[in-house]
Amino acid sequence: MKNSINTLVFCLAFISGFIIMSIELLGGRILAPYFGSSIYVWGSIISVFMISLSVGYLLGGKLSTRDPGLLPYGSFFLLAAITLVPAIIYGDTAMDAVFLRIEDPRYGSLVASGLLFFLPVAILGMIAPYSVRLLVENTHHSGQVAGVLYFVSTIGSALGTLLTSFYFVLFFEVNQILMTMVLVLVISGFSSVICGKFLS
Amino acid sequence: MRIFLLILVMVSTSQVQAERIIHKEKSLYRNIVVRESSNRRCLVFAVKRGDRNQTCISLNDPDRVVFPYARMTFSGLLLQPKPDSILVIGLGGGTMPTVLSRLYPKATIHVAEIDEAVVRVATKYFNFSESENVRVFVQDARVYIKRAGLKKITYDLIILDAFTGDYIPEHLMTVEFLQETKAIMSDQGVLVANTFSTSRLYDHESVTYESAFGTFFNFKMPVTGNRVIITNGGQLPETKLMQDRANKLAGKLRKYAIKIDNFPRHMKRTKDWNKKARPLTDQFSPANLLRDD
Repeated sequence: MKNSINTLVFCLAFISGFIIMSIELLGGRILAPYFGSSIYVWGSIISVFMISLSVGYLLGGKLSTRDPGLLPYGSFFLLAAITLVPAIIYGDTAMDAVFLRIEDPRYGSLVASGLLFFLPVAILGMIAPYSVRLLVENTHHSGQVAGVLYFVSTIGSALGTLLTSFYFVLFFEVNQILMTMVLVLVISGFSSVICGKFLS
Repeated sequence: MRIFLLILVMVSTSQVQAERIIHKEKSLYRNIVVRESSNRRCLVFAVKRGDRNQTCISLNDPDRVVFPYARMTFSGLLLQPKPDSILVIGLGGGTMPTVLSRLYPKATIHVAEIDEAVVRVATKYFNFSESENVRVFVQDARVYIKRAGLKKITYDLIILDAFTGDYIPEHLMTVEFLQETKAIMSDQGVLVANTFSTSRLYDHESVTYESAFGTFFNFKMPVTGNRVIITNGGQLPETKLMQDRANKLAGKLRKYAIKIDNFPRHMKRTKDWNKKARPLTDQFSPANLLRDD
């Protein structure tokens, strides 16, 4: 049983890593019509992602101390999916508003990427430390477990970056890719919740 | 034949030797190189897979517009012979704004250029200068045009010539961008866009311009792989009228080596692209990937 939980956690950590970087890359595309593709637009996006992730790590770590299980773990994925939807549907409205209020495209892109991506990415950031807690059985192995987990999720990130930039944008619209991410997050969330119920 | 080849090799190597780099700099966006040979000075955006000259000036004859594509962009004057306000996207060596400011000293000329270093280099090495009527805005063109739209600024002539070492930035090729550009064209406004006629992207680009502007002139010359798009977003003028205008302008443009009276017969309305190609949008713009196919 422990083995199948571990497999599930590794798979889901891989998926979250993949999705985080795929969204980050598409962020450049989403912001370009309003703020251009200057170097500072990428600066804004990367900063917002780093801040969101760091907040997520902190929260995820904290939450993992209280009765950790697959149920809350799955709910992170569902929450991330829910918070990503407004970025798709109301993204343009939000960016229109920012564009009208902030003339400097540096701060405009910073505020816009914060509005669009802070919540979903922070929630996705909660997954990594929480995964460690679900995998660790004793303190002796904790470093090794964390190492393998980072390996898996970062490989996911690398693949998410590569596949999105090389192929996804060649065949699909930005919003189609994002909606697929939402769908994958929902499926991941439910599979964790269901496994949690089934195994307990 | 062998002797001929030998001479050819000697001539070409001697040219290479004669060429020297007079300025080199790494800007935020690219490597900028200024090369000079005995009679030419060129601005190059260096990329490993083949440097592309952005602009050259002739040192013996500084008025001369060296590149055919740069000359071709003046075809916009056949649709709008008296522009009072002009917007140029992408400065390069500043050939277009410089010549236009001489032709139309009273016109307001605005240039949007993303790279401050390009403005410096154009000023120092390519006789470009800002003045009361010629202003450069160091900004991403998409942002500049969107803001101009909000401020209700319009232009009689807009020239899209934003090239990187590779091609045009992807967010400057979409239907949405062209619609925003159309919104800042005055009632008699004309848009001229410099593009390439090779690769599969040609189809996508053509369809994209068509969906934003309806009809346009497709202007190609045998000497170059460039294709210049010219449109007023409405009824295009007859060839006869353009020829008359060209004949009138020909004298003024002669010293710049722009043979504008040759242009009208090459400006075609025929749609020689795949009409089923998918238009480029902000949602779907893998333009620079399509270019390699």
